[in-house]
Amino acid sequence: MSLATFKGGIHPPDRKELSAGAAITTPKPPERVVIPLSQHTGAPCNPLVSVGQEVKKGEVIGTAEAFVSAPVHSSVSGKVIAISEFPVPVGRLIPSIVIENNGQEEWTELKESPDYMNLSPEEIKEKIKAAGIVGLGGAAFPTAVKLSPPKEKPIDTVILNGAECEPYLTADYRLMLEKPKEIIEGLKILMKTLGVSKGFVGIENNKPDAVQKMKEAAASESNIEVCALEVKYPQGAEKMLIKALTDREIPPRGLPMDVGVVVQNVGTALAIYEAVRYGKPLIERVVSVTGAGINQPKNLMTKIGTLISHLVEECGGFKSGSAKVVAGGPMMGFALYSLDVPVTKGTSGILVMSESEMVHAEDYKPCIRCGRCVDICPMNLMPSMLSVLSEAGFYEEAKEYNLFDCFECGSCAYVCPSKRPIVQFVRLAKSMVKP
Amino acid sequence: MEAVKKERELIVSVSPHIRSEESVTKIMWTVNIALLPALFMGVYFFGLRALFVTALCIISAIASEWLVQKMAGREITISDGSAFLTGLLLGMNLPATAPFYIPIMGSFIAVAITKQLFGGLGFNIFNPALIGRAFVLITWPRAMTTWIEPTAALTGLDAKTTATPLGILKEEGLEQLLEIFGTKMNLYAELFVGHRAGSLGETSVIALLIGAGILLYKRYITWHIPFSFLGTVAVLAWVFGGKDPETGKLVLFAGDPLIHLLSGGLILGAFFMATDYVTVPTVRKGQIIFGIGCGLITMLIRLKGGYPEGVMFAILLMNCFTPLIDRNLKTKPFGFVKKKEGK
Ligand code: SF4
Ligand code: SF4
Repeated sequence: MSLATFKGGIHPPDRKELSAGAAITTPKPPERVVIPLSQHTGAPCNPLVSVGQEVKKGEVIGTAEAFVSAPVHSSVSGKVIAISEFPVPVGRLIPSIVIENNGQEEWTELKESPDYMNLSPEEIKEKIKAAGIVGLGGAAFPTAVKLSPPKEKPIDTVILNGAECEPYLTADYRLMLEKPKEIIEGLKILMKTLGVSKGFVGIENNKPDAVQKMKEAAASESNIEVCALEVKYPQGAEKMLIKALTDREIPPRGLPMDVGVVVQNVGTALAIYEAVRYGKPLIERVVSVTGAGINQPKNLMTKIGTLISHLVEECGGFKSGSAKVVAGGPMMGFALYSLDVPVTKGTSGILVMSESEMVHAEDYKPCIRCGRCVDICPMNLMPSMLSVLSEAGFYEEAKEYNLFDCFECGSCAYVCPSKRPIVQFVRLAKSMVKP
Repeated sequence: MEAVKKERELIVSVSPHIRSEESVTKIMWTVNIALLPALFMGVYFFGLRALFVTALCIISAIASEWLVQKMAGREITISDGSAFLTGLLLGMNLPATAPFYIPIMGSFIAVAITKQLFGGLGFNIFNPALIGRAFVLITWPRAMTTWIEPTAALTGLDAKTTATPLGILKEEGLEQLLEIFGTKMNLYAELFVGHRAGSLGETSVIALLIGAGILLYKRYITWHIPFSFLGTVAVLAWVFGGKDPETGKLVLFAGDPLIHLLSGGLILGAFFMATDYVTVPTVRKGQIIFGIGCGLITMLIRLKGGYPEGVMFAILLMNCFTPLIDRNLKTKPFGFVKKKEGK
């Protein structure tokens, strides 16, 4: 039987072996954490604390009135020592709260719900919202919002995304191995909240043990299906995942709810379970620190706000010659200017690339029209034309080639024999014209 | 602080941060290598003169590229293998007897005018090697249509001139061709091996297919253009290629597609020149149209035109249509059809 998948896509070497064997561990507690007030898509939070104030672990330190937002919590117990702008991995300066860790790990009071499956959807959503949960796959969209679709968009399916199609990253993989039951519980909570009867877990087939574990965990759930997916980037992109599992295609610029689906990352499902069952806010997440340039690749249960330099140290530092550090995966992650940026809710990995793995983006050549990018674009666009038009300054014309349907997965640039920085050209064009 | 020290070593660039191993240079040199079996057969049949002509083409092509890039102050790209490829393809499309100025002029036109004047690799509209060949064919028609028997290397004697199988087929008919080659099976076999008069690198079908196999296997080319091209030629040859031996009148559905497939520059053209990325459509559907168009024009020229062979003009003509095909066959984005249905 051939595995479920989508049309197009690429097969970069997955390099997951670097960190796949490393069980999730907790790093040495950081001396201080820098918690950005905006780690999610939507309105930034306002600080609820002031400099000098003592806070407990799990205490809310920032909230926003807006519907599309998510509160932030302290990931340590200690004292607020500064509130000002700090850089985040994506390069921008964001107002952040700096807390000095007193090392006591004193929790604020958490509200447990042992009979969580009997809560009403509204109560569950309230808990999820209060816990500050956002999509942990990278986009960091507030989860409670995703769980409140408008009435005219009925939802009938929940999909857990365990594809982890970005090369190198193994955070979701380790979670599926180590916490399969909890993840399935999270899925059940999601299904109950949305009132749907069909749940999927999609996992790329390069993680057969994770598929096995999740199947076992879901064995008694007749309406949850754990599916092995073809190993192909970007299998974990929402549109591609939904296509593979349900054969539904989200229309251009549409959302999963347009085809009756809600997608959540497996890590998010775990966070949901912990929030609903134990009242635990989202103050830590698994981060894969990996790549050929780091001494000991690890999967670390990291407090939000921990500086990346701290994690690099925890993993034995750079091997000599390390030249690039990426927050996220190699296909869509951001190269860091500085290691003194905090892990945020959306940071799934830290990739340390050695000199030999680097691409020299400036040495690109003209498009030779080989058609490779057209063949593999998962959105079925013509990346060659997008790059050529953008390069020549014809941004309006690029719209005729569906510029705004490109989700910058990078597959086209990966295969291009002329090494064209197609994603860069696409971003340039997008910034120059209105959709 | 240590972190600050490290900062200066960090390199920042836009995603993706990994790239495939494929490069233009690698592709070009692979195509060059894939052509070598056919070149070897050309030298075997037509003698060292064939090698001389090809080498002269390659050297002139590279020199032209270097010269133009130097004069224009552009980056010198002669090592990427594309000028080499243009020279090699042009050489393989010439008679082994071509006088020295033909390779030189042909390569100059191909590289300096057709390719570099349009802005270099990626910007040319026409296949450079074919323009070079068309130019020398029109300028020196006699030299370009004088063919020798494929015996030079075997006998060491000056080979006799003769016509190509397609020429004989056109002027004197199938019967004459069979008289020369004996049985039909023998004719096929000789054409397949390449033991016939023709351009020095086009004759050996088997050697060309080996090279084409390499490119297909490496996915440097796909089936779309060559197969639609060859398929169209085969169908048209079968339907319209038959003649009544007595009256010379057209007899439908009586042609011999195999002779047409195995002779002329068809195999070389279909697999190595109609697949030149730069000058053909990028979308697969467009490539099939391109291939069918090439087949149609080839057979139109072969059966009705003034030349016995039409592959070169067919590809060049279709090159003109490439922008039009590309513009009209934009891909539809993911999810597009569903959206229309929903409306
Ligand atoms: S980056 Fe955009 S154009 Fe390129 S393959 Fe991905 S979706 Fe297609
Ligand atoms: S892969 Fe690169 S060279 Fe090939 S068509 Fe696309 S942009 Fe052009």
